[in-house]
Amino acid sequence: MLKGHQTWVFPSKPTILSTGTVVGPFEGKGPLADDYDVVHGDLWLGQDSYEKAEKKMMEEAFEIAIRKAGLQKQDIQFFLGGDLLNQIISSSFAARSLAVPYIGLFGACSTSMQSLSMGALLVDSKSADYVLCGTASHNPAVEKQFRYPTEYGAQKPPTAQWTATAAGAALLGPAGDGPKVTSATIGRVVDMGLSDPFNMGAAMAPAAVDTLTAHFRDLGISPEEYDLIATGDLARVGHQIARDLLIKHGLEIPEEIFTDCGILIYGEDQPVMAGGSGCGCAAVVAYGHILNRMKKGELKKVLIVATGALLSPLSYQQKESIPCIAHAVAIEYNG
Amino acid sequence: MSNKKKKKLTPVQQEYQAFAKAREPQRPVLANVFKAFIVGGFISLLGQGIADFFIWNFDFTEKTAGNPTVAVLILISVVLTSLGVYDHIAQWAGAGTAVPVTGFANTIASAAIEHRTEGYVLGVGGNMFKLAGSVIAFGVFAAFVVALIKTLFTMLGGA
Repeated sequence: MLKGHQTWVFPSKPTILSTGTVVGPFEGKGPLADDYDVVHGDLWLGQDSYEKAEKKMMEEAFEIAIRKAGLQKQDIQFFLGGDLLNQIISSSFAARSLAVPYIGLFGACSTSMQSLSMGALLVDSKSADYVLCGTASHNPAVEKQFRYPTEYGAQKPPTAQWTATAAGAALLGPAGDGPKVTSATIGRVVDMGLSDPFNMGAAMAPAAVDTLTAHFRDLGISPEEYDLIATGDLARVGHQIARDLLIKHGLEIPEEIFTDCGILIYGEDQPVMAGGSGCGCAAVVAYGHILNRMKKGELKKVLIVATGALLSPLSYQQKESIPCIAHAVAIEYNG
Repeated sequence: MSNKKKKKLTPVQQEYQAFAKAREPQRPVLANVFKAFIVGGFISLLGQGIADFFIWNFDFTEKTAGNPTVAVLILISVVLTSLGVYDHIAQWAGAGTAVPVTGFANTIASAAIEHRTEGYVLGVGGNMFKLAGSVIAFGVFAAFVVALIKTLFTMLGGA
């Protein structure tokens, strides 16, 4: 149900029946290691290419989510997913093994909440009973796509971010025990003319601010409604900018409830410059860490704003600026 | 260039960029320059050591020792790249590891490793000069221009 300009409210409150989170070795050394279902010790996952490893991680996340919900593959009506590789091959190839009707999405690092909001819409409108939403990113595979070879010795600036090796999936159903998706705000593309791919946080921050402002305006609520508001992967630089920009726009989010998945995923001692990024970053932090905290009763209502930079290596080389987007999903749990 | 770029931006974009800039950590230029000096100097010292080694132990002169010295440095760089260590050193050293011949070897080795999964011909062969290619192209062109200037001067009766 549309409310305001760009927000969907889901009166039937679709339920996140289960989630699956799979991460790589570097993320496993991070502070949230206990929140993930699987931590791989091998970046290759026994595959012969990093691209295959990314697909494999995604498949594992799906299997875990389906198994935890006590369902079978054939019970799933639709799979919505995307990733960062060209032509979203990881998602499409994972959909091939999943063999359920599939809608491929591209929202860069905002794909987790993009797919979750679309999935909730399908379930809420009774267009589906069970929808699987998922995304993945794999550090060397994504670096190869967007930047330099992984072993190339180029010095990265302190504003650069580390693409997470992670896959997260959420299984949505019409009813049952679990966190409920109550509303979602679909973001506009915002481009502030920044063109440095080593400073994505600053490029994406205005998109997050735009979506957050729209969310509170459309629903007529204040940030205090939520116990936690987490941006996707703005990391330390972008998150601080977003925080200050919100204040400038007259929307103050209390410091203690405002955080960022790109900051949470890695520890202070890990050499990731500004923090984490990548499709999988917001997915595993939201589906692993944040939902676990909800289930423990620490949080009741959360808002996750996944941010994405919609650039391509080609557009960057042709000196185009970086268009960015953010999608927000509100989740509540009263278990 | 940067002014020309700024002109295309709307006032809102310009205002935001200034706003964001004030909140971004800057590259620690002074520290980077110092580290680059130390590491670059160390690599040069290492090269000098290797050259001396060749001169003392084998039948090389100061002129002819250059080639085997460069070959050894390239080998060290490629081995460190293959072991996945070089990029970590480079993150610390910056230009210190990028400017010497070790950096050039690293661009080729890293690209070759990166594209190994696409096969030897289209992957390794087709991509190993992805980063080094422009260095070679512009290097050769610069050498050509310099040679041209030198030739012209000689023809005009210069020394």
